[in-house]
Amino acid sequence: MNPTTPWTRLLRHGAVRGGAIVLATLALLGLLAPWLGTIDPAAMDASFINVAAGASGAVTLPDGAQVQHTFWMGSDSVGRDIWSRVLYGTRISLMVGGFTAALAVALGCTLGMLAGYFRAADAVLMRVMDGLMAIPAVLLAITLVAMLGATLPTVILAIAVPEVPRVTRLVRALVIGLRDEPFVEAARALATPDATILWRDILPNALAPLIVQGTFIAASAVLTEAILSFLGLGLPSDVPTWGNIMAEGRVLFSQAPGNVLWPALFLVPTVLAINLLGDGLRDVLDPKFSRRA
Amino acid sequence: MLAFLGKRLLSTLPVVLVVAITVFMIVRLTPGDPAAIIGGNSATSEDLDRIRVQLGLTQPLWTQFLLWAGKVLQGDLGFSFFLNKPVLELIAQRVEPTLSLAVGTLVLAVAIALPLGTLAAWRMGSWLDKAVMAFSVAGFSVPVFVIGYVLIYLLAMKLQWFPVQGYRRMADGLGPWARQLALPCLTLAVTYVALLARVTRAAVSEALTEDYIRTARAKGISERAVLTHHALRNAAVPVVTVIGVSAALLLGGVVVTETVYAIPGLGQLTVDAVLNRDFPVLQGVVLFFALIYVAVNLLVDLSYLALDPRIRY
Repeated sequence: MNPTTPWTRLLRHGAVRGGAIVLATLALLGLLAPWLGTIDPAAMDASFINVAAGASGAVTLPDGAQVQHTFWMGSDSVGRDIWSRVLYGTRISLMVGGFTAALAVALGCTLGMLAGYFRAADAVLMRVMDGLMAIPAVLLAITLVAMLGATLPTVILAIAVPEVPRVTRLVRALVIGLRDEPFVEAARALATPDATILWRDILPNALAPLIVQGTFIAASAVLTEAILSFLGLGLPSDVPTWGNIMAEGRVLFSQAPGNVLWPALFLVPTVLAINLLGDGLRDVLDPKFSRRA
Repeated sequence: MLAFLGKRLLSTLPVVLVVAITVFMIVRLTPGDPAAIIGGNSATSEDLDRIRVQLGLTQPLWTQFLLWAGKVLQGDLGFSFFLNKPVLELIAQRVEPTLSLAVGTLVLAVAIALPLGTLAAWRMGSWLDKAVMAFSVAGFSVPVFVIGYVLIYLLAMKLQWFPVQGYRRMADGLGPWARQLALPCLTLAVTYVALLARVTRAAVSEALTEDYIRTARAKGISERAVLTHHALRNAAVPVVTVIGVSAALLLGGVVVTETVYAIPGLGQLTVDAVLNRDFPVLQGVVLFFALIYVAVNLLVDLSYLALDPRIRY
């Protein structure tokens, strides 16, 4: 190991740098969407239905105003601008990825610490986790959305829940490895409350693998959200998500494959960038932890 | 051996119980009247009364659960008021396409991933190894439905090698069945190849550092035999373990792939059930998939005995 800090090693790592640059670019595109030649992603103009990429003309917006607009990626079958929808979709995908990872890690971390530290909670909690893992993640997410209704928070929750067992297992294993370490025993001998030990002594030691795991969860969350939308079971179809754009384009795929393929051109690099970032983070932060399944 | 089998079967009980409770709670945790939820939008007030009696809605929750579980054990998964048929019958009708797709994908993925992973481990650092590793990252980043549409576009629409969509029953002849299934299986196999090739590479490369490999080579055995008989044989257990763990991934992928290729299987049944708020069907499908997962992992544990004679239970 070279005598550098993790931070400089991170910055030097190719995959981390590449992944971070792609993600930062996407985040910027999403944030700056209103100024990047877009119109209201929900605006439908019946005179611009299924136009080809690059077509332009005067578009009537929902408020009645007319603007000169170019359909860089063409339009869909109700006359909405694909480029605008794809750019605004970036916001949803990145939000779902980030919040799902944070929620799954927070829930899994809490449960994993309980299971690893308190033997009484262990058996019951882990059996529940085994049961949850037996249900395919996509199916569990579909079921939860069906139960709770499809809004951004419920979709995030529904995608996060199936990821919780894996985080719980990981944290539990880490805690079991740590709970008999001298520094934990020392803290216990000083009558430190269990909660403080978990928070102050154990959590910092579990942080590196958690960050890595969280990154991979973000990648699969972006995919799962796209799958839910694509199946027509995610956010309502007027919300511009990449999966919704593809679902809408699916019907006319043989005539206009673009409506399915344009969002894919954003979706695939996003997930690839997050996965690369995760691989890089694992190399740098956590060389021992090399499994992801 | 028998004792192991008994113990292993017992250990699945808590998992099955948790799954059963989860499935049971699907209807109870959904806001609204459970009878109205189960009856769906088209239920009449007589339907609702009948459902209330069936579910024992006035009794405590755990009694309701026992009632429900007792029926499930007798094969009564409830009734789809939307499709006007018992759920079990609906599932039985849709099993063939789904299992064909899942098994076909698994066979295809293993047939591609094992040689790829083994060769990558054998020549670690070579261009082939780098290509396999790059593919295994990429394969995990492209959603199944994107792969599906790209393959439909290239192989079915442009080159016309495969039919575009749909499904043929096995009873209509194995030829048409396989031809129709080839593209969906290939689509779903991409993710799986990515996963299995990576695991095979890791397991084989570990086996290749063992003393018995050196001994085998010293005996003058061909490199091919060293790889297949010694290295790959010893890598079988981790590979099969991953196949078991990722069975859930495969089943989830099946749901999506069926939608892309318009295959009338359990995936489509699921999607339709959610769109129609047909909760008994949704419950049945979730239960069915979870039981398949449990069964696959049971088989995986048993297969260790055949794969590695050192393992004794």
